[in-house]
Amino acid sequence: MTAHDLGAGIPVRAGWAEEAVTAAAAEEHHGAGRGSREEQVLERIARARARKPRLREERITLSHGAGGKATQTLVEAVFLEAFRNPVLEQLEDGASLRMGAERLAFTTDSYVVSPLFFPGGDIGDLAVNGTVNDLAMCGARPLHLSAGFILEEGFPVADLRRIVASMAAAAQRAGVTIVTGDTKVVERGKADGCYVTTAGVGLLERPVTLSAAAARPGDVVLVSGPIGDHGITVMLARGELDIEADLVSDTAALNGIAADLLDAGGDGVRLLRDATRGGVATICNEVAVASGVAVVIEEKAIPVRPVVNGASELLGIDPLYVACEGRFVAVVAPERADAALAALHAHPLGAGAARIGTIADDPPGLVLLRTGFGGTRIVDLLVGDPLPRIC
Amino acid sequence: MKYVDEYRDAETARALSTAITALCEPGRRYAFMEICGGHTHTIYKHGLEDHLPEAITLVHGPGCPVCVIPMGRVDDAIALAEQDGVIMTSFGDMMRVPGGRGSFLDSKAQGADIRMVYSPLDSLKIARKHPDKQVIFFAIGFETTTPSTAMTVLRAAAEGIDNFAVFCNHVRVTPAITAILESPDLRLDGFVGPGHVSTVIGCEPYEYVARDHGKPIVTSGFEPLDILTSIYQLMKQLAEGRCEVENEYARVVPWAGNPKALAVIDKVMEVRETFEWRGLGWIPDSAMRLRDAYAAFDAEKIYSVPGVRVADPTACQCGEVLRGAIKPWECKVFGTACTPETPIGTCMVSSEGACAAYYNYGRFSRSRVKAAAQS
Repeated sequence: MTAHDLGAGIPVRAGWAEEAVTAAAAEEHHGAGRGSREEQVLERIARARARKPRLREERITLSHGAGGKATQTLVEAVFLEAFRNPVLEQLEDGASLRMGAERLAFTTDSYVVSPLFFPGGDIGDLAVNGTVNDLAMCGARPLHLSAGFILEEGFPVADLRRIVASMAAAAQRAGVTIVTGDTKVVERGKADGCYVTTAGVGLLERPVTLSAAAARPGDVVLVSGPIGDHGITVMLARGELDIEADLVSDTAALNGIAADLLDAGGDGVRLLRDATRGGVATICNEVAVASGVAVVIEEKAIPVRPVVNGASELLGIDPLYVACEGRFVAVVAPERADAALAALHAHPLGAGAARIGTIADDPPGLVLLRTGFGGTRIVDLLVGDPLPRIC
Repeated sequence: MKYVDEYRDAETARALSTAITALCEPGRRYAFMEICGGHTHTIYKHGLEDHLPEAITLVHGPGCPVCVIPMGRVDDAIALAEQDGVIMTSFGDMMRVPGGRGSFLDSKAQGADIRMVYSPLDSLKIARKHPDKQVIFFAIGFETTTPSTAMTVLRAAAEGIDNFAVFCNHVRVTPAITAILESPDLRLDGFVGPGHVSTVIGCEPYEYVARDHGKPIVTSGFEPLDILTSIYQLMKQLAEGRCEVENEYARVVPWAGNPKALAVIDKVMEVRETFEWRGLGWIPDSAMRLRDAYAAFDAEKIYSVPGVRVADPTACQCGEVLRGAIKPWECKVFGTACTPETPIGTCMVSSEGACAAYYNYGRFSRSRVKAAAQS
């Protein structure tokens, strides 16, 4: 037996871990819990989760960009803390603003997808569709976009032309114009080819207020088509996995189909959310927390293409968390659900739409999945990022 | 999905559930340990416990490769990664595991070149691409992944790649099972045996569990119906007064294992006299290291590894969770100081860790959900 095998020296303790335990204990309020010991623990956890998130990391890690818990903590502990105002506080996909007699929706989004070109689209399509969709999800009619480019020294002009042509075509399809922009170039190695930022404004013409906080028990959860196509397509397009599949990104402008849904569902439509980073699971969690309800999903009802299911199985990820760029979740009052689903089915982008679950009152703040196997489990926010830089 | 859906069928599950319930002796309680973290994950992901009678408790075992790595070993790996000219490569689920001074992800954010790979061969690919760098593969896992590490070392040797090394942390499953069997705070009625590990080592190595310790063990696949079937087989053995090793996963696991894979491991690696496991302490003969003939690929021989030892945080009960002595929620810091986003213990990091599985999938009151479903 070598000294090395036994480890050298006397074990030390990890200072950060001892501090974390002390800090959590200090925040813990001891109350007389009810129910079994396990239920008391669950209540303690629910209280811990409801507390204001603290950003513990000293540096940004990739998890902060994953759209899951770490992103949420970063947004709330850094950005919201600094910029706090009633509009931002709602943390919706876009801001709703009153300008004289008009109501405007305003949003922005950055795109860092790798690779820049993938089956079914490129970073240009994403940059236009993504921002158009954020406006459409507010119930707005998207009007104008801005476009900012960060380019790396040495980036081929032909590639830039191709991206810009995609943006022009996507804008035309969505019925919006790109009316202002900006260009920056950074030294080679300081960026990965091309990053795009778009912002957009739209008009809120409908008398509806859509909000993640508006879901009520009894409401129905719809999804506009098969989920996960975009995320899996981009992942496979990187060629790191040696998996090939016949699959293209679902990137599309959703303003048309969202308008049809709003026409059919009227004030029965509680909220629309496009299922980008973090996928359908993340949206359901946002709804559960913001509305103080339980979202109950039927696994068998979720539309997923077999090839997406297969690739996810191989990669060990859950399609519920995989990003889409042309699918959305709608929560609709039960009496309007059939009309809303019919409107989705009638639109070319909504042929695969399905009713995937319902809103219940208990347990509040949780997403429950009834598994195809006949069991029940939670669908939580993701912590790490299984697929970085897919949009 | 073909070859998957047939193992997730709810009707078959209900039929098995009825059969299992019928085998329960009135008034008797049963505890079975699933050794593999992969099984723990399946159990929670599919809500398998909903199909089990209350008399049966599943106890989660130590078979999670990431969970059993002691904090000091993570610090050692980070020390290796932070050296100039080193590219550290690791499986993704290792990235967030905290050591005494943070995780790979933290070290990467501070400038270390740490990359996620899906296989050791990817790591070798990186070595070929960067001949000016030393590429180290942080090798973890039970016998499931040991052959691929050994194969990669052989490949590197054959190709004469001299900038590739392995930081070997491969562990063996049977010494861990023995440690569990000898642990005083546990009463088990049987084991759901490892699936992937058994594709390599076969079922024979478990015979001592039934023979010497009087516990039945059924090697199980990873689909929910596999596990439910294995539990049925365990219950049947108990009801019939038998105590044997059975192979539920025969579609993949040969009784004698995979002789080729075992030969590759034996060519490249040898058993360590002892190895530290998180929560379980030092276990004799429980891990592998590279043989002297492959010292040129052994990061522990090439570099002076600090050999840091970090004691588990005082409040952390990963050891008891890994031994199955307590349920994840019974840990003092579960869900408050220790969560998937700010993990203290390894069991909260890996998707195969019992705490992460319970937190991510099982953290709800079954009685309340039942009541809500009926209302």
